[in-house]
Amino acid sequence: MKESKSGWPFVLPYGLHFAVFMAFPIAFSFVLLFHRWDVVSPMEFVGFRNIVTLFHDRLFFRALLNTGVFLLIHIPLQIVVALFLAEMLNRRIRFRGFFRAVYFMPVVVSGVVVTMLWSQIFALNNGLLNQLLGALGLPKLPWLTSPTLAMPSIAIMATWKNVGLYIVLFLVGLQSVPRHLYEAADIEGASSWQKFFHITLPMINPTLFMVVILSTIGGFSLFIEPFIMTGGGPMNSTLSAVLYIYKQAFDFYRMGYAATLGFFFALLVMGVVILQRKLVEREIAY
Amino acid sequence: MPTDREKRSSESRGTVKRLAVYGVLLAFTVVFFYPFLWMVVSTLRPEAEIGDPWIVPSAITLQNYILVFQKIPILRAFFNSLFVSASVTASVLVFASMTGYALSRLRFRGRNAIFYVLLFTMMLPFQITLIPQYLLMVKFQWVDTYLALIVPYMVSAFAILLFRQYFQSIPQDVIDAARIDGCSELRILFQIIWPLSVPALVTVGILTFMAVWNEVLWPLIVIRNRDLMTMPQLVALFAVGGQAEGLLGVKLASATLLALPIVVAYAFFQRYFIESMASSGLKG
Repeated sequence: MKESKSGWPFVLPYGLHFAVFMAFPIAFSFVLLFHRWDVVSPMEFVGFRNIVTLFHDRLFFRALLNTGVFLLIHIPLQIVVALFLAEMLNRRIRFRGFFRAVYFMPVVVSGVVVTMLWSQIFALNNGLLNQLLGALGLPKLPWLTSPTLAMPSIAIMATWKNVGLYIVLFLVGLQSVPRHLYEAADIEGASSWQKFFHITLPMINPTLFMVVILSTIGGFSLFIEPFIMTGGGPMNSTLSAVLYIYKQAFDFYRMGYAATLGFFFALLVMGVVILQRKLVEREIAY
Repeated sequence: MPTDREKRSSESRGTVKRLAVYGVLLAFTVVFFYPFLWMVVSTLRPEAEIGDPWIVPSAITLQNYILVFQKIPILRAFFNSLFVSASVTASVLVFASMTGYALSRLRFRGRNAIFYVLLFTMMLPFQITLIPQYLLMVKFQWVDTYLALIVPYMVSAFAILLFRQYFQSIPQDVIDAARIDGCSELRILFQIIWPLSVPALVTVGILTFMAVWNEVLWPLIVIRNRDLMTMPQLVALFAVGGQAEGLLGVKLASATLLALPIVVAYAFFQRYFIESMASSGLKG
């Protein structure tokens, strides 16, 4: 087949867009690594000072720790709840479409709405959760005002918002498990738990893997939730990677340092995702 | 072989189990739906009763909504969001389908290289380009213009890959026949391929529109002029800033107005929303 003359004209818009909004920013981020710039005055070359600062920056590591806390709660909780509800919805039941639609609703609604709503649910006095605890005769919890509880609270809210998507993904995964595997297991007299751990779980491994990766990327992208709910506090306990970049850039106008933070956070995200991929591949091979 | 007695007891156990399943599903329906319901009701009740978890208010007032419309240009923000989301969506549909078509159905030198570039950009975390992209907007003098909200989103790597994959399934005969008739490649794409690719267009359309509609970080960075703010940005700043004067009902009213358009769209096209989002996850 001969070469098409339309090929390049057709990809030209994408090519231009890539050059201006991807290739140039990536190249420019290398330049910014070595400069100090407040946008107004001229750029100033500072050598490796940004990178040295970063490795001595307690808040950078604090943001990493916070993301770790978020993921440690968010990922297992998300998988357990989503898998449990998908398993329920995968039975022969009526109104499956209705239940699925309700569980999915927080996914389509803006994170701004969800965060404003949950600020009230988590409120110390008169918040819905603390009223519920009160009604059960339990003491109030400082959901957003305690440095140890604030990030877990945000992780719970994020799970509530996203779990509907993962329910749908797991449903697709569960429906792709061949029926005859379960039938064979029934003949062998396997229990429900055995079937779950030896058939279902290995078969939906790809979905599981995807949930972990998407949640990890989500954890590193966390921004509007702490921005609205806590501003990163109390005591920087909810300072997220992106919120810290935002603060350095737009509260202090340290563009070079903010770009350096972005660069290293991006490296970390890629590193973690590649590591997760390696681990899963090994498990599948095994 | 199970005896009759065993059969009967396993049947009744089945009924109990079934009821338990519905019980669990209903409980979670409350968990996911009640907060929204409570939010809407709270915006309609007097400020003094705002913390009340009961969902029937003693009196109904529109005072909160009146205050929202008085304090922030939310209607203007709604039209800004609509304009920006619609422009981006239209542009992504056109340009991403062109690239997707070239990558799947046209043969030219460099095609594979472009494909690898696409895969690379999809893997790249956005944190790395965030600040340089903002500085680019400053250089272009696009800060506080619609251009900053629209142009950086006009093509998407994900949409290209989705179109590429979908177009691969279209029979070559269809394209060959059109070429023999002397159709240009542009006409083939928009008059022959597009009508055959409605599911892909719907998926890309919904995902793009929703992503842009809900985006809040980028607008916060490039827009400071209140008249140009998108809806989520305006409401987020309203929630954070002191403008609501600590009145919870007013804040929740602004959140309800922000949720309204997408919830209405979701109510009508629920299945398409869910299927589109599910397919986006499967690609990731």
